[in-house]
Amino acid sequence: MAGRRQSSRNQILVSPSLSSPSSLLPSPGGSPDLALRCEELHRYLGAGEGRVHVLRGVSFAARPGQVTAIVGPSGCGKSTLLYLLGLLDQPDGGAIWIRDRLMSNSSDLDRTAARCEHIGFVFQFHFLMLEFSALDNVMMPMRKLGRLTEAQMADRARALLGDVGLGDKTHRLATHLSGGEQQRVAVARALANQPAIILADEPTGNLDVRNSTIVFDLLTRLAKENGQAVVLVTHNPDIAKRCDEIKPMRDGEFVP
Amino acid sequence: MSPTLRIAFRFLTAKKRAMLMSLACIILGVGLFVVTQATTSGFEDFFIKTILGTNGAIKVEDRIQDTLRSMEAAGGGTDSKFQIAQKEGRKYIQGIEEPQLVMDALRGFQNVAGMSEVLTGPAVLRSSFKSDSVKIYGIVLDNHIMVSELAHQIVQGNLDEFRNTPSGALVGKYNADQFQLSVGDSFILDSAGQSRRYRVAAIYETGVSDIDKERIYLQLNEARSLLKKPTGASFIQVSLHDNDRAPEDSALMEEVLHNGVHSWQEREKSWLSAFSALRISSAITVSVFTLIAGLAMFNTLAMIVMEKTKEIAILRSMGYTRRDISDIFLWQAVIVLVIGTVLGSLFGAAATYGVSIMPIRITGIFSTKHYIVAWSGWHYVAANLTAIVMVMVASLIPARRAARFEPGDIIRGTSG
Repeated sequence: MAGRRQSSRNQILVSPSLSSPSSLLPSPGGSPDLALRCEELHRYLGAGEGRVHVLRGVSFAARPGQVTAIVGPSGCGKSTLLYLLGLLDQPDGGAIWIRDRLMSNSSDLDRTAARCEHIGFVFQFHFLMLEFSALDNVMMPMRKLGRLTEAQMADRARALLGDVGLGDKTHRLATHLSGGEQQRVAVARALANQPAIILADEPTGNLDVRNSTIVFDLLTRLAKENGQAVVLVTHNPDIAKRCDEIKPMRDGEFVP
Repeated sequence: MSPTLRIAFRFLTAKKRAMLMSLACIILGVGLFVVTQATTSGFEDFFIKTILGTNGAIKVEDRIQDTLRSMEAAGGGTDSKFQIAQKEGRKYIQGIEEPQLVMDALRGFQNVAGMSEVLTGPAVLRSSFKSDSVKIYGIVLDNHIMVSELAHQIVQGNLDEFRNTPSGALVGKYNADQFQLSVGDSFILDSAGQSRRYRVAAIYETGVSDIDKERIYLQLNEARSLLKKPTGASFIQVSLHDNDRAPEDSALMEEVLHNGVHSWQEREKSWLSAFSALRISSAITVSVFTLIAGLAMFNTLAMIVMEKTKEIAILRSMGYTRRDISDIFLWQAVIVLVIGTVLGSLFGAAATYGVSIMPIRITGIFSTKHYIVAWSGWHYVAANLTAIVMVMVASLIPARRAARFEPGDIIRGTSG
């Protein structure tokens, strides 16, 4: 819904959700209650004899405030599904809606704009920009969205870093942070533009148990506080058990 | 600052050494381009100045006698439907019979700044121990200093002595040295079967060895008497307000006067072509440095693109467009280019100054004791444009390659 919403640090921020051109009108098949939805997704990878049918008609929906874990053995198509949902890749069949808008057949520019505004990513490897500080890394998506002033972006970034427990390390270069700290910066960055959807691909895969718990708790707490849908891919059964919904996957399909 | 420029600044530090190499090549390329153009243009400009200062912008010479063939080719009357200018079949009558009439006609040309009739003829200069062939130049001094740099070419004596002494002569420095003549010394000139004694009123030096060893200036009336040519002139030397318009003016003058009229560009065509070729070839040669700069930038950016694939993927996942990715790499080239062209221009200016005070002894077509440079903003414009084109074209390829990366493919390739 359009309007103002309190962040966890009592900052007033304009919700980007309905104010942007990329989410103006619902399209057929969309649902206003869902942050993300896909139907009958197919994806092939490779070519010729090596061509593999990675996703075989996957359908899925994620609601605001809901944390969904997609689990399954290696190579079952979990990450491929995540990249399709994140508009980083294009399906060979099926449809994807992001906040009511059909995105699967849209242009590269539209998909890029949708990622900027509505989707936050957390990857297994933090993928921080190592030449930049923690603060600059978190500000990077906000700079692209361009809705806030420099001072507002800095304030929000500091608040997010404070939320993830790095309030005293905002100016430290990403390369000088520990693995757990880097992943926490990645979480803060994913939340920077208040996206409707957070997609996390093995966010704790590279962390020890303690840091895994910290990162997962941060991600889910902040997402729920802000009404964001979280879809995460994980091998970790302990992490999966703590999610609102578990979707087991095998051979490119969800299994009941 | 735009987000892409901010990122470009930071990415620059990823390959400092390689970027410094590109920067050095740009500085050298721009600087050397400037200094070579300054020196070649300097010598060319000095040559032109010498030519204009000795032989003037335009020479009106022999009269054209139309033959039947050339008249037919030129058409006839105002109702002619065509006209063909044809030089073949023309005859030239040596000299100008009525120089005053010609000069009166020349006054009608707006671009004419001055005129001087000159009478020339061969003679032999004789001293007690030596004799040599020379060429007499009979001039009206006050007219001739309007069409040449004679007043500034005097190295000993002064022109007033020449003006006030009918038997005074201006002798070139080469001849003065050869014949051991100083101001006030006398010598003999033999011509047209007579011998006359003259006194050195002043010694001149143009720097053009052919002139300095050949030409003896006498007052016009004295030359007429010595050469036994009581009327007419060998040619009329003309100076112009705008020397670059000499070809157009000389073509028009030839039509009006029916005399052979030759601009300085036409007379010195071979030397001017040689200077032009030298200028172009030196520009091409030093542009190799800028080409290397472009290749170095291509190489460096290509390496950065390969090393930053993950960063490109995450930027794309954050919403940075293909155009943004391309801009990040192009900005890096622009940053290095701006620094390189500024420093290169400063280096070029410093090198040009340094060259201008270097000693060198050149005689022949002109004379100088140090390098001659031309200071022109266009040299810097051309140098910088060359660098910009080469570096930006070379940068386009890696920038476009980076923009074409698919984030999904990169992330999939790096995920565990």
